[in-house]
Amino acid sequence: MTNTNPSVEIKQLDLSFGRVEVLKNLNLEIARGEFLVLLGSSGCGKSTLLNCIAGLLDVTGGQIFINDKNVTWAEPSDRGIGMVFQSYALYPQMTVEGNMSFGLKNAGMAKDEIKRRVNKAAAVLQLEPLLARKPSALSGGQRQRVAIGRALVRDVDVFLFDEPLSNLDAKLRTDLRVEIKRLHQQLQNTMIYVTHDQVEAMTLADRIAIMKDGIIQQLDDPNTIYAKPRNKYVADFIGSPAMNFFKGDIKGGSFSSPEVKIDLKGYETVDGTMPDTNAWLGIRPEHILSGDNAKDCSFVGEAKIEIVDPMGSDTLVWASLAGQSIRVRAEGQSTLKVGETLKIGFNADKLSIFDTATELRV
Amino acid sequence: MANATATTIEGPAGPKPKRAFSSTNIIIYSTLFVVCLYYLLPLYVMIMTSLKGMPEIRLGNIFGPPVEVTFEPWVKAWAEACTGINCDGLSRGFSNSIWILVPSVFLSIAIASVNGYALANWRFKGSEVFFTILIFGAFIPYQVMIYPIVILLRESGDGITNVMQFFYEDAPRFRLMGSLSGLVIVHTIFGMPILTLLFRNYFTSVPEDLFKAARVDGAKFWGIYFRIMLPMSLPIFVVAMILQVTGIWNDFLFGVIYTKPETYPMTVQLNNIVNSVQGVKEYNVNMAATLLTGLVPLIIYFASGKLFVRGIAAGAVKG
Repeated sequence: MTNTNPSVEIKQLDLSFGRVEVLKNLNLEIARGEFLVLLGSSGCGKSTLLNCIAGLLDVTGGQIFINDKNVTWAEPSDRGIGMVFQSYALYPQMTVEGNMSFGLKNAGMAKDEIKRRVNKAAAVLQLEPLLARKPSALSGGQRQRVAIGRALVRDVDVFLFDEPLSNLDAKLRTDLRVEIKRLHQQLQNTMIYVTHDQVEAMTLADRIAIMKDGIIQQLDDPNTIYAKPRNKYVADFIGSPAMNFFKGDIKGGSFSSPEVKIDLKGYETVDGTMPDTNAWLGIRPEHILSGDNAKDCSFVGEAKIEIVDPMGSDTLVWASLAGQSIRVRAEGQSTLKVGETLKIGFNADKLSIFDTATELRV
Repeated sequence: MANATATTIEGPAGPKPKRAFSSTNIIIYSTLFVVCLYYLLPLYVMIMTSLKGMPEIRLGNIFGPPVEVTFEPWVKAWAEACTGINCDGLSRGFSNSIWILVPSVFLSIAIASVNGYALANWRFKGSEVFFTILIFGAFIPYQVMIYPIVILLRESGDGITNVMQFFYEDAPRFRLMGSLSGLVIVHTIFGMPILTLLFRNYFTSVPEDLFKAARVDGAKFWGIYFRIMLPMSLPIFVVAMILQVTGIWNDFLFGVIYTKPETYPMTVQLNNIVNSVQGVKEYNVNMAATLLTGLVPLIIYFASGKLFVRGIAAGAVKG
């Protein structure tokens, strides 16, 4: 995505702690009003990147621009950002109102303007009845809403979220996720959101940046990332349960491995040609058809059912295909039994193929 | 799902019964009782003796309560007992000790808490080395430093005098050696290693996100210290205060070396009263003087006991 007027721009960013390089020559452009999610397993540098943008860490090299202003050396408070932390980070000795107005008081804002902004933010987040309370008298979800409110009153262009929902229980997490999405639609601010939860990433993001070892592996909208992962790491990381992989080789437009032989007609390659090479063949569990649906597929096989996980909306089947364990997503109220043979099949257009040497998409 | 119907249930059910007189309890309580007795008996003897007159003491029954209660020894210890050339009792030492204690405690805690905060939250190049050196200071025996400090105080006192006389010819001689302010400086410096360690460890246990949030909110070094860290750290301040009050109040060595008879702290005066070799040993006065001297730390402990325990625990549990 090229943008003439990006909200946040990161140029050739390097960061190392002593000898350990955490971020390496990282470039990123975030459009105005965009919701960008930084996704990755722990230790991939996503929180570090967010802290660099916030100005809480000094960068080793490169530049950071926010609203076309070079803020590489600016104090966090001068960057026009608001930040929400995983641990809420509310000031325990201050009331909700005190927490939300602390930043404004530091900026020397007039009292009535502070009051107006706090009330406005409290209205948006339904915090009005709680303004006089201390954080210790709030539930986890309320605390996180106050933390969001604290960022909101600052009336900034860029919001930074550092795993804001990770400390909440599953139900509350879903509720607050929707609330954050609604907030974004309402405010139209730029939001940068760090998480290791792919559901949060897929549901919230305009674009997802998947990071590993301080390098952005893929930066795309959620659908593209899901359907056309650029390398094997991304393919494996996104999707739960994970993608099935078969190791084999491609010759003359068809793939063969000990388990699977399939004609690759219908598969869209990156550069339009299908090379002859050793390759990983990837297929998502929901793209494996089972039972009668499977009979017209380009590949048809039989697998022995080992474990059945009924999830309500669908059923997850762990089966063995020629000795290799595979995951198949079947329909919700299925009557599959352990030990039965399941007829499975899939087509070439849903596949993801990666070169074994480079692990890049073919 | 099994249908739970109310039927008679067998075996252990409900709360586990507790026995009041189990053998463990008897052992625990009797041990505690003996330990209590061990610590309280001397105190009892002291209080009783201090309330007796000399004739009664000469009878030798140290455990018996006074037949005739008299507060004369307390008055004498406070206002009349002779220490060297002064005969105004412990009252002089008490006020000296207060003049030493209050500024020393305030200064050492103020400086050490800022030290600890900076070392915990504003890491700078070499901050770890600085910290290590500071902690190492805690292990150097005091005796090694006594004489160097004498010279240091004397010379820096003269230095200040010179500077003052440079600007103002009639400036009086400023003394650090042998004055209360010199002793305050010594106490402040010697409190630094342990207090800095205490505060640094406490501030390290405060979640880092809180510090980051305050920075995003535009608070600076002092703003974060006074508005965020200080209000959160009352327990550790109480711990530091107790450590310093008892340490400085009970100090004898520095008091006797770096002051002179007019400015002796209470402990030194107490020693001079109790250990005087002239005349009759006035045990009742000695006991009263000792109790008076021990009163300040005792009051501090009682007044802040709960906070003290909370502070000690806070350092260990949080984080």
